[in-house]
Amino acid sequence: MYSNGYIFRYAAILVIIAAAVLSSANMLLKPLQERNMAIEKMGYILASANIENVTSKNAIEKFNKYVVEEILVNSKGEVIDSYKEGNMEDGKAFKINMKEELYNKSRGKDFELPIYVVNKDGESIYVLPLLGTGLWGPIWGNIALKDDLNTIVGVTFDHKSETPGLGAEIATKSFQKQFIGKKIFDEKGNFTSIKVVKGGVKKLPKDQRIHGVDAISGGTITSRGVDAMLSNVLESYLPYIEKQRKK
Amino acid sequence: MSEEKQEREPLFSAKNLKLVKGPLNLNNPITVQVLGICSALAVTAKMKPAIVMAISVMVVLAASNVVISLLRNGIPPRIRIIVQLVVIASMVILVDQVLKAFVYDISKQLSVFVGLIITNCIIMGRLEAFAMGNKPWPAFLDGIGNSLGYGLILIVVAFFRELFGSGTLLGVQIVPPGFYNIGYENNGLMILPPMALITLGVIIWVQRYYKRELIEENK
Repeated sequence: MYSNGYIFRYAAILVIIAAAVLSSANMLLKPLQERNMAIEKMGYILASANIENVTSKNAIEKFNKYVVEEILVNSKGEVIDSYKEGNMEDGKAFKINMKEELYNKSRGKDFELPIYVVNKDGESIYVLPLLGTGLWGPIWGNIALKDDLNTIVGVTFDHKSETPGLGAEIATKSFQKQFIGKKIFDEKGNFTSIKVVKGGVKKLPKDQRIHGVDAISGGTITSRGVDAMLSNVLESYLPYIEKQRKK
Repeated sequence: MSEEKQEREPLFSAKNLKLVKGPLNLNNPITVQVLGICSALAVTAKMKPAIVMAISVMVVLAASNVVISLLRNGIPPRIRIIVQLVVIASMVILVDQVLKAFVYDISKQLSVFVGLIITNCIIMGRLEAFAMGNKPWPAFLDGIGNSLGYGLILIVVAFFRELFGSGTLLGVQIVPPGFYNIGYENNGLMILPPMALITLGVIIWVQRYYKRELIEENK
């Protein structure tokens, strides 16, 4: 039979080998993985502004072509950094960690948030990144606004682990295209965000339907997460947006 | 075949091929051994995740089977389950890392199911029942066979659930739009886990209708 000493030695060596294999794999592959994530982020920013035919191969090239400015705004709505020249992915705004900034916000501290200005056929489109929580994990995305900073040009959503067929439907075109043309301010200029309405937009009074979209049946908590994410993040940009709208 | 024991048997001998074919029908891990049900319910709402899951399980199962089979003479029996778990978990993480680096799109499909692969009873069942007592090559074939059997059922269940639940297959619209105008509607229940269990039950029923030897005796 095996002695206790053998068992301990065996377990120790096995664990050390497993740890070594995994950490070296992680170190070797990390640069490639981070590259993929950055490319994906660019793709989503462009997709929310309705720029078509973006693939993982041409994302960098198109990102540099269409994104003309990266702005960093603080909690008071002041522009603290504007990046226009050179490789757009080197901008300070592109590297910002949304999670940390929104955490700072939730604790009442100062925060900085990025805005990407996309130039599509001469029109300026403002893309704001989003981050929130779904049912099982984080959900995130981008919302692209026209230069009136009110009308939605397009959105993208993605998620870490929402239920396939239910909550995960937020990542589908059919859910996202509902947002196109909706408005985040009412006619008096009050911020309304976009409501994700369980049971459908037609439950809302007629004049509010422009501020709502249909929720996903079976994906109630994820839908609520999208709703909360939109109001929370857009609210953080409000000082900047309102300054711009007054101009 | 007296030399079979001493000499190397051919790579694809009848015995080895049976390791691959068995799990596809008479020894299917899901419908006969009723293992791996949890993931069969979780990932079969759509075809694509089901296929990705089947492929990932195949890689993990074949690789862990080989590793455990190579280690089998040195593993102390008292900690064998933990050793198996370490091997499975390392394999899953390794597969996930490689996918993230080289095929990012697919890894996004998979990421939800990584945890499910580690807990998949089929993998541990095969390590314990087969790899611990067999040479690497048969263990490899056993891994391939069982994951094929698993994947087959997964894909069949996903086929029906996606077709009737969403009207699509692999994301492509199959049910013609005209049907919806007449009054046809997607069956929302098909997307929910209970219908996966019922679909699975029907598959088991059909299989037993044709393979009478699978039916247990009523005592």
